[in-house]
Amino acid sequence: MSLNIIVLAKQVPDTRNVGKDAMKADGTINRAALPAIFNPEDLNALEQALRLKDAHPGSTITVLTMGLPKAAEVIREAIYRGADTGIVLTDRPLGGADTLATSYSLAQAIRKIGKYDIILGGRQAIDGDTAQVGPQIAEKLGLPQVTYAEEIIDVTNGKVTVKRRLEHGIETVKAPLPCVVTVNGSAADCRPRNAKRLMKYKYAVSPSEKAALPQDLQEFVDARPYLQLNEWGAAFIDADPEQIGFPGSPTKVKAVENVVFTAKDARHLDNDDAQIEELIKELITNHTIG
Amino acid sequence: MADKNNLIVYCELDEGRVADVSLELLTKGRRLADRLGVKMLAIAIGHNLDGVEDQIFPYGADIVYKVDDARLEHYTSNPHAAVLINLFKEIEPQIALMGATCIGRDLGPRVSSALHSGLTADCTSLEIGDHTDAKTKKEYKDLLYQIRPAFGGNIVATIVNPECRPQMATVREGVMKKEIFNEDHRGEVINLDPKKYVSDEDFIVEIIDRQIAKSKVNIKGAPIIVAGGYGVGSKENFQLLFDLASTLGAEVGASRAAVDAGFIEHERQIGQTGVTVRPKLYIACGISGQIQHIAGMQESSIIISINNDPNAPINTIADYVITGDIEEVVPKLIKYYKKNSK
Repeated sequence: MSLNIIVLAKQVPDTRNVGKDAMKADGTINRAALPAIFNPEDLNALEQALRLKDAHPGSTITVLTMGLPKAAEVIREAIYRGADTGIVLTDRPLGGADTLATSYSLAQAIRKIGKYDIILGGRQAIDGDTAQVGPQIAEKLGLPQVTYAEEIIDVTNGKVTVKRRLEHGIETVKAPLPCVVTVNGSAADCRPRNAKRLMKYKYAVSPSEKAALPQDLQEFVDARPYLQLNEWGAAFIDADPEQIGFPGSPTKVKAVENVVFTAKDARHLDNDDAQIEELIKELITNHTIG
Repeated sequence: MADKNNLIVYCELDEGRVADVSLELLTKGRRLADRLGVKMLAIAIGHNLDGVEDQIFPYGADIVYKVDDARLEHYTSNPHAAVLINLFKEIEPQIALMGATCIGRDLGPRVSSALHSGLTADCTSLEIGDHTDAKTKKEYKDLLYQIRPAFGGNIVATIVNPECRPQMATVREGVMKKEIFNEDHRGEVINLDPKKYVSDEDFIVEIIDRQIAKSKVNIKGAPIIVAGGYGVGSKENFQLLFDLASTLGAEVGASRAAVDAGFIEHERQIGQTGVTVRPKLYIACGISGQIQHIAGMQESSIIISINNDPNAPINTIADYVITGDIEEVVPKLIKYYKKNSK
C-alpha cells in the first residue's frame, strides 16, 4: 500500500548556538546573528517518512512549511534527502501567529493538499519548545495523534504501530490512519543528502525564488515541473482572517526581558592543591558535605 | 453546575498516586484562586479512583471531579481530551493548569485547539496581574501572567490570554513548590458519568505494550548533585563525575548539551527541558551555563563551578569558581575529601 505522507518542517534560528552577539544592546534578538536551520526533530520526522517510503514503494512525501519565503530552503534540503515535493505557506497575514493560529493555518493547508495518510512532524521546534502544533493540528483535522514517537514500526491494514519514548519508559501504540505522529529527537538521525538528488534538484525553487533567477535558469525551471515548489498564501488555503496571524492568536506577549543574572560574589580558585583542600575542609566544616 | 469562572488543575495519576507535578500545581493553584477569590477545582481521570480525593483535598481543592472507567486506566489522548473539552464547555473555568509532562504536553494542546483557548507551555512562574492592550488600550483585570523562558532560554517572556478562556498553562515538575494547604481540608467530590463525556469513538488509539520502569535516578531529591556539561568532553570522562558523586553521596546530573552529545542518559538532564533541582550543593563541571540549564538549578544553596573558561556564564551565579580542567580538578576534590572526612 503506497502512502501519502506529509512532513511538517520548520526553519528555525539555531538557538542552541547562541553567541555573544545574539542579543542586541536594547535586549531584542539579533536574528541576523543566528543561522537559520532545519528544525532538528523535523529531520528525525523526515527520516521516519523516508523509511515508510522505502517500505511502501510508490509513496510520496510532501514537505509543508510555514514561514518566510526563504523557508523553501528546508524543502530543498528535504528533497535532497529523498522527499518528493514541498509547499511553502507564506503570507504576511499569517505572520505573528502563536501555536494555535499556526496550527489552524497548517491544518487549512493540509486540507488543501487533500490526500494524506500520515502527517509527521518533529515533537517540537527549538525556537519555542512548546510541542503544541502537532496535537493542535490533529484536533483541528479530527485525527488521532501519537506524540513522542521514536520509531514507526509498521503500517499494516490501515493502522500504524508506533514506539513512543516517555519519561520513564516505552509504550507501543496502534492508531488508525490517517493520523498525526510527532517524532522525538531520540529517533534515528536523518540520512544525509543524496549526491544525485542534490544535482537534480539544485534549482528546485518556489515562485518567488524563481523570480530572482536569471532568465535562462527561469526557463530551465519552467521546462521541468519537478523543480517547481509550491508557494501558498492565506487566500489559497481559504483561511479565515480572524483565525490566522496575530488576530488569530489568543496568547499575546505582554513583556519580554533579557535574562540577566545578578552576579554573586564568587570566590575564585585556581587548580591548586592547597586552595582545593581548603575549600573541601570548609564544606565539611559547615556540613555541606560529609 | 452554575459555578463558573474557577481555576482547575488536571491531576495526573501514576498507578493511583497523584503525580508530584499535579500536587505542585494544586499548591500554586490554591494561591492563585485565593488571589482571584474563586474556587480551585481538580479533575482526576482514570480507573479505580476510590479515595483519590484524599490525596488532593489537603492541597486545598474545593471540588474534585472524578471520571472513572476501566478504559481510562492508561492515558490516551482523545478520551482525556474529550473529558476536559466537554467539562470545560460546561463549567467554563478561567484558568486550567497541567503538568508539562509527556501527558500534559500531549493533552493541553488538543484541548486548547478544540476550545480556541491560549496555552503556554513550560511556565516557570505564574502570577495574577492586569494588562492593557497596546493597540486597543483595552484594559483587562486579573489575568494569568504565564512566564516562561523563550527563544532557547535567552529571554523570559510574560504571556497573557486577554480574550480566550480558559487561560491554559503547563508547568514542569519541580518548578513550583509542593506544600500541604491543610491536612484536614475537605471539599466536594463530583463523580462524572464517563458516558456523558467520552464517546466510544474516542478510544481510537490502542496501547499494545507498555514498559514503564520506576525511575532509577533521583536527581530531584538529591542533596548533592555533581553535574556535567558538554565541557566534560566524553562519556568516559563522565565516569570521573560518577566517582566524585559516589565519594560525596551525590547524584549525577547533566546539561542538555551533554545529553544531546550522548555522554549521558536523558533521565539526568537538569534545566528547562529536564528536571528542576534545589540541592544544598551543586557542582557544575564543564557546564557553560546556558540559561535553560541555570533555570533548573539556580536555587541550589551552594554552587561550585569548575570550568577551564574563567568567563563561563555559569560563574556569575556560582559561589565558588575553580578555573581548571575537569580531569585534574575532580580527582583533587575526591582526594582531599577522602583525606579530610572522618
